[in-house]
Amino acid sequence: MLTVSHLCKSFPDLNVLENFSLTVPRNGFTALVGPSGCGKSTFFDVLTGVENKDSGDIRWLGESMANLGKKAAYMQQKDLLLPWLSLLDNALLPTRIQGGNRRESREKALAHFQRLGLGGFENYTPQKVSGGMRQRCALVRTLMFETELVLLDEPLSALDAITRRSLQSLLLLLQSEFKKTILMITHDVEEALLLADEVFVLSQLPMQVRECFVPSIPKPRKGSDPELIRIKEHILEELQGEL
Amino acid sequence: MNRSRVVSLLIVVVLLCLWEGYCRFFSVPDFILPTPSEIFQTTVRQTPLLLPHAAVTALEIVLGIALSLLVAIPLAILMFAHPSIEEALSPFLVASQSIPVFALAPLLVIWLGYGIASKVLMAAIIIFFPITVSLLEGFKNCGHDYVVLFRLMGAGFGTRMKLLFWPWALPFFFAGLKVGVTVATIGAVIGEWVGSQQGLGYLMIQSNARLRVDMVFAAILWLSLMGLGMWKLVNFLEKRVVRWN
Repeated sequence: MLTVSHLCKSFPDLNVLENFSLTVPRNGFTALVGPSGCGKSTFFDVLTGVENKDSGDIRWLGESMANLGKKAAYMQQKDLLLPWLSLLDNALLPTRIQGGNRRESREKALAHFQRLGLGGFENYTPQKVSGGMRQRCALVRTLMFETELVLLDEPLSALDAITRRSLQSLLLLLQSEFKKTILMITHDVEEALLLADEVFVLSQLPMQVRECFVPSIPKPRKGSDPELIRIKEHILEELQGEL
Repeated sequence: MNRSRVVSLLIVVVLLCLWEGYCRFFSVPDFILPTPSEIFQTTVRQTPLLLPHAAVTALEIVLGIALSLLVAIPLAILMFAHPSIEEALSPFLVASQSIPVFALAPLLVIWLGYGIASKVLMAAIIIFFPITVSLLEGFKNCGHDYVVLFRLMGAGFGTRMKLLFWPWALPFFFAGLKVGVTVATIGAVIGEWVGSQQGLGYLMIQSNARLRVDMVFAAILWLSLMGLGMWKLVNFLEKRVVRWN
């Protein structure tokens, strides 16, 4: 279980996080939705250790830590693939840096490539494949972190609608098949509702949880589901009121 | 051959014809200005004489490049790793560039002698700056998101340098090296002018004194061919190494 309690972070002229608390159950999928500039990114920066927290507690599986640094895999909007490495070598970067059995990891990565529909493209360089495939590769790399906790920062917002839909189903695999614990931030309300067990709607600065939704629809969900549409409209109205 | 190539070739041919015609029509003595055809003949016929001198100059340039790389690469990495060092050193680096290298040549010859050492150092000094600066710029150009990703993967500075910054900076490095190799010939030749016993610069000075202007031109021609050759070589290496651009 990931527990964040009373987290505070402020910059000289900006109070971004004030007593922010959040819990993500083990093997859960939690999404944070908020207007842009609400402090989501700063929250992730603090979690990953890019920024130091001012105060508060971050706990993963009961252990308190300054940041989640090496405990979490991180995937964001940009695929951040290195253009001089093949897709396979890109996916193997975490292993290469953290050390570990190379042959075993290679086997594992190849299996992930197959599973995520990248089979046969292992030796392509990133600039030779589509944006969707690049993001799939970034997803394989995320899996290769070998951490149970996965942080997703707008992972699909750079993709077109069609590619996005197929990638959404792959993100669900993170939870159902790879047993990850996932925390995602996004400004796409529908995406949050399609994927997450719990959706937290955030307020403007300082960031607070305004509301929490637990859609009771079983996954995989459809965007056309009446309950989903109802919650989505509700959240969008809430967020509009914020602006 | 595309049109622009044809045009540039045509310009060269027209200029050479004008030169040749002028010399012949006004009977310009060949110790003032030899005709292009004479220069061409000397360039080809005197190959046995020119070749050993060219080899010496080429060696000086190559060693100069190697020497400056040996200093520039670690220095760029050091300045990138510690911005305070960069801040402390950059005034000196810039100041060193405002000293005309030509002014240093006589001193280097006094200190290092008439052998190739002084010329190697001249070439190295002249190309050191563009290589260091372009490499450093290349390191700094690396996207912050990538650095964060590498940190989260647990990569220390050494690993980030090897797997991220260095490959990232390679296109910048080659841009600097291309500038470097073309100006390296200047350093070597000036060193040879000031004091030497061999090399194309030495041959130019000697031939100039004997009014063998055709030989001076021949040496210049060889020099520019060498410069062009090295530029092409770096280009070729760049294409082999930097395949992703």
